[in-house]
Amino acid sequence: MHSDYKTKIVGFKDFVFRKSLWVFHFGGASCNNCDIEILDCLTPRHDLERFGIMLVGSIRHADVLLVNGSINMRDRDRLLELYDQAPKPLLVVAIGACGCTGGIFAEGITFAGPVDKIIPVDAYIPGCPPKPEAIIAGVARLAGRKT
Amino acid sequence: MAVSLFYFFVYPGLLFMAVTGGLLSWYDRKITARVQFRKGPPLLQPFWDFLKLMLVKETILPRQGSRFVFLLAPVLALFGATMAGLFILLPLFNIETGFKGDIIVIFYLLTLPSFSYIIGSLASGNPIAAVGASREMKLIISYELTFLLVVAAVIMKSGQEFDLNSIIAVQQADKPFIGSISGVLLFIAGLFCIQAKLGLVPFDMSEAEAELASGIYIEYSGPPYAMIRLAKYIMLFILPAFIVALLMNGMTGGIGVLWLILKILALVLLVTLIRNTNPRLKIKQASSFFLIWMNLLVIIAIVLNAFGL
Repeated sequence: MHSDYKTKIVGFKDFVFRKSLWVFHFGGASCNNCDIEILDCLTPRHDLERFGIMLVGSIRHADVLLVNGSINMRDRDRLLELYDQAPKPLLVVAIGACGCTGGIFAEGITFAGPVDKIIPVDAYIPGCPPKPEAIIAGVARLAGRKT
Repeated sequence: MAVSLFYFFVYPGLLFMAVTGGLLSWYDRKITARVQFRKGPPLLQPFWDFLKLMLVKETILPRQGSRFVFLLAPVLALFGATMAGLFILLPLFNIETGFKGDIIVIFYLLTLPSFSYIIGSLASGNPIAAVGASREMKLIISYELTFLLVVAAVIMKSGQEFDLNSIIAVQQADKPFIGSISGVLLFIAGLFCIQAKLGLVPFDMSEAEAELASGIYIEYSGPPYAMIRLAKYIMLFILPAFIVALLMNGMTGGIGVLWLILKILALVLLVTLIRNTNPRLKIKQASSFFLIWMNLLVIIAIVLNAFGL
């Protein structure tokens, strides 16, 4: 797990923000494997709610935008629109090989670049698909915990 | 004047209700987590959520639609919840007696949050919010009659007393209303009414995360959404408190405080268990559930009450 995002908590606002991260999930042209692993994180065994993380239905409530799957030309417009609609501050997490680099689709004709070519990304969680433990480690780093 | 302001803003008003409601909201989420064999959120999670929305997040206003009404609606919701809570808690905690007919005022103030959510979501100009608002309207039409009948039945049981203080006094002099057959029926109907008023799972079709993506709240972000969350925390506290005052004896002195806390916790536990063991209803099913079955239950309770059961 690699993160550009600062892991040190600065000030009360930052502290409160890290304590309650609400997640909105955007699946690009995904093979559905990463989606399953993301849902795995919310199941009883892994339970992300103990870090205060909830899955929300509306982008207006989101603090974290999870992006997985290869982003093709149609997805790019949707992703940009979602990013504009979200209230800031917003963290973006790219999940899986396709989200981070493009994976095996990187040279496809409809491929529109990995996520960080379209919107700024705060954390990358590679893997094909990443294990739930890897996703939790990444998310806990975002939540300001030492891992 | 100063005393009234203290009542409204500090105890038993906004501050007290917000803290208690936040703790109850944690209790609700923790029970939900335990039902699903999860660990659950930490104790202060509802407060972190509120503070994050209030202090950190940005507010986005809709381009179409009325911005003024959009921003006014959460304030109205919070005001309605706080005011209703004030009229409920003052007699319940034996602080002041209230006035004659305050139960009618409480009844109307308790609908204010739902109404302002409808107004706010329609003002946002979002089509999905409009679908949520229409569902919420139908739900209000369904449960409000049942709730009014429950209140009317309680007034009949107490011998035509129209204020909460006298209703509690009648119960404390004799026995709590829930100790009779009609009382139990009224309790069941009242429990489902507060479930619908809180918008929890069998009756959460207006926010339906899976199909409507938060429905009536879809356009809210930042501080206005924080106020809606706060109004919801407060409702989670005052609606069980209202049922306790109507049917379960209120608060007696001394050790009664502990009993009051236990009663409210038990009611919230019941609400949470109902929400965790039921699927979401269609709006038609919810309407017929209230308009036919719950009304029938309350009418049976009123008839039984006339026979003194």
